[in-house]
Amino acid sequence: MTDEETPASAGGTISAEVTPAPNGDLAALELHPYDHLLRSEALPHIWCQGCGIGTALGALLHGFEHASVPVEKRVIVSGIGCSSRVVYYAKTDAYHTTHGRAIPFATGVKLTNPTLNVVVFAGDGDLFAIGGNHFMHAARRNMDLLVVCINNFNYGMTGGQGGPTTPEGALSTTTPYGNAERPFNLPEFAAAAGASYVARWTTLDVRRLQATFTEALARHGFRFVEVLAPCPVSFGKTNKIGTGAEEMEYYYALEILKSRIESTSHVGTEIVLHRPIVVGKFVDLERETFLDRYARVVAKAKE
Amino acid sequence: MRKEVRFAGFGGQGVILAAYILGRAVSVHTPMHATMTQSYGPESRGGACEADVVVSDQEIDTPEVDRPDILVLLSQEAATKNREDARTASLVLSDVDLVQLDDEAARKAISLPFTRTADALGKRIVANMVMLGALTRASAMVPREAMEAAVAESVKPGTRELNLKAFDAGTRL
Amino acid sequence: MSASQNLVLHPEVDASRTGAHFLLGDHACAEGALYAGCRFFAGYPITPATEISEHLAERLPELGGQFLQMEDEIASMAAILGASVAGAKSMTATSGPGFSLMMENLGLGYMMEVPTVVVNVQRGGPSTGLPTSVGQQDMMQARFGSHGDITMIALAPKSPQEAFDLTVHAFSIAERLRTPVLVMMDEVVAHMHERVVIPPPGEIPIHARPKPDVAPAKYRPYKPGPDLVPPMALAGDGFAVRFTGLTHDETGKAVTTYEAQRLLVPRLREKILRNRETYERTELYRTEDASTLVVAYGITARVARRAVDLARAKGQPVGLFRPATVWPFPEEKLRSLHHVRKVVVAEINLGQVLLEVERIVGRYAEAIHVGTAGGKVPSPEAIVEACE
Repeated sequence: MTDEETPASAGGTISAEVTPAPNGDLAALELHPYDHLLRSEALPHIWCQGCGIGTALGALLHGFEHASVPVEKRVIVSGIGCSSRVVYYAKTDAYHTTHGRAIPFATGVKLTNPTLNVVVFAGDGDLFAIGGNHFMHAARRNMDLLVVCINNFNYGMTGGQGGPTTPEGALSTTTPYGNAERPFNLPEFAAAAGASYVARWTTLDVRRLQATFTEALARHGFRFVEVLAPCPVSFGKTNKIGTGAEEMEYYYALEILKSRIESTSHVGTEIVLHRPIVVGKFVDLERETFLDRYARVVAKAKE
Repeated sequence: MRKEVRFAGFGGQGVILAAYILGRAVSVHTPMHATMTQSYGPESRGGACEADVVVSDQEIDTPEVDRPDILVLLSQEAATKNREDARTASLVLSDVDLVQLDDEAARKAISLPFTRTADALGKRIVANMVMLGALTRASAMVPREAMEAAVAESVKPGTRELNLKAFDAGTRL
Repeated sequence: MSASQNLVLHPEVDASRTGAHFLLGDHACAEGALYAGCRFFAGYPITPATEISEHLAERLPELGGQFLQMEDEIASMAAILGASVAGAKSMTATSGPGFSLMMENLGLGYMMEVPTVVVNVQRGGPSTGLPTSVGQQDMMQARFGSHGDITMIALAPKSPQEAFDLTVHAFSIAERLRTPVLVMMDEVVAHMHERVVIPPPGEIPIHARPKPDVAPAKYRPYKPGPDLVPPMALAGDGFAVRFTGLTHDETGKAVTTYEAQRLLVPRLREKILRNRETYERTELYRTEDASTLVVAYGITARVARRAVDLARAKGQPVGLFRPATVWPFPEEKLRSLHHVRKVVVAEINLGQVLLEVERIVGRYAEAIHVGTAGGKVPSPEAIVEACE
């Protein structure tokens, strides 16, 4: 754990107009451009040194700012797990719900007050194991939600158990002989279920994540962003990838932009240990959302 | 006064609607009380269809009908199933063209051409209204005006006239 | 921004149903919700509660409200909590198996202090049991079904009229005390038609949820008022609220210590127990001189009333105590009838509310159970026999 860095600074997302603080200058730290977006009294956060969640949160806050989402319209709903702790640090309306149930909770929030910009922020186990059913139905409905999945390939908070995104053969505390299951390919799953917007980046791609959140927050319908993130104490270490910085090097070596792949190439979006990881934007469609269609139901009912 | 009424027939005859109209007439248009219950579950799919109405001048403690005082039989299957009750009921109404009663029940039953009368009006579907007209007259349990009001409120506006005509025809059988 | 972005759920006043009706219990319950201002319903079809969903699927859009059929009961329960934190009066309706699936998020609603209403139309169990027949076998589940130490409020209507009245009441309590409230119907009441009189809009007073009267910077989402209920800011109100199912302090910060737990969990219980006058409803029938008391709720209370009359006709001094609010049990009111020496608890189960009644009257009266295994209401004769 660290108490030295806020998630935002960990992500290196200081915007241009602010002069970086000299090391150790507490007064200058208070001028951090994201201070007003964080509940500074709740810091230090609980994430481990080298964890990618703070980076992703920093990029999301950047997105809120750059997509000009009014502060009072920002809502984050989370489930259970390390990623879900963002609700304690981000200064938005924030709801920490039960394991896997952030999406239906967020659905209720959004439908009751469609002027809100509602983000679900959770981990791979939360969204795709226990909450998988909700994910696919919200995507099918094209519900107006931005769903951010921190995918670190295991259950980090409980000590590194295998989950629905653990690569085949990977080690975890519940797959001590290597994972016998194939993982979900999240971008394809989201696209097949009907998501209007699908992107994947690693926490190495801070500027692309910022741009993606800025774009996705301004769109409507079901939007899904997968963020591949290091879990330095569990997945990385157990699978000999290394801790935080080394996991980032792993991504640096393996990640490949979707746009750079030859159409004839056999490289797909599936994640296989030590094989190339395709990142980029996969789906970006303007489609009628649930709210658009429901407005017609109401009009018909009132006839 | 507590009267238990059972309507028994098959799906599509408007058995439930008939029971609803009787209950509504009592509840909304008289100071008396009524409950309606119907069979649910697998037995309510397809063929047989039954609905029970309890009418009382007191609050009704139990909506359950165990020995109907009035039995309306609209199919042979219903007549067979309710054979015992047909013997003990004080009033049995049946469709003369659809139901053959055993001798004991037949002696006191009022068998009338509900379906045939509806056919003559051009719509077989209003046979249940013909039956309600006959029931209103034969039972003298609920004022005719209350029944007519409930009929008018319970059918689609476009079919109101036809349904009331069928009800009226039933009172004249 | 598309046109649909302006669809905010404001409770439009609806006078279209004012007057006398001959209504199905399930529909009466749905109309009660609408009367109370419910404009968000999420549910999953299940016998014998489906008619509530179907009715609201038709009626809610007419009123600009939101009807959503979810992928399961877990999602339904989560969605109504989400709707409530954004300001809607919300409800779901289910039956036994679905009620089991709702337990986790029911506890979330209790811990987060989110007003909402959950209707459970009880059928015969365990498991899939008797889907189309009556039961009162979920009463202890209502009370203790969600894990942890919860104190639930549960109401049991005896008729379609009460399905309407108590559903209105349930919303009022939920809003007033910031907590989920259960309406524990049974299949007979749900599936029977009877006269239901719907008063003009506004005639039944309905509590509103307490709103914060401080600036956002000073607002603490879990700082209780004198009645132990914390005022509630909504999503979008500009208060940057933080609600959580973890043990938390007054600011909503997760504090997973015994010290925080010791403050929070007893306060949640006391909030319910100290405000009994807001929700407790009972009915007494011929109890003045009764030495034997029948305790019954829901449809069984109607049968019990007949049993009381039958016993009285035989010269036995029998009375009826009917808790319309079953949980928390109206303990003091039952104890005020301390002249009784025998209490017959009639319910459609193998002995649930019996346990509570035994606890309350055990020192001065004998408690006897008259039940069925589900699928059938106890007969008046069986109750009379137990009274002898």
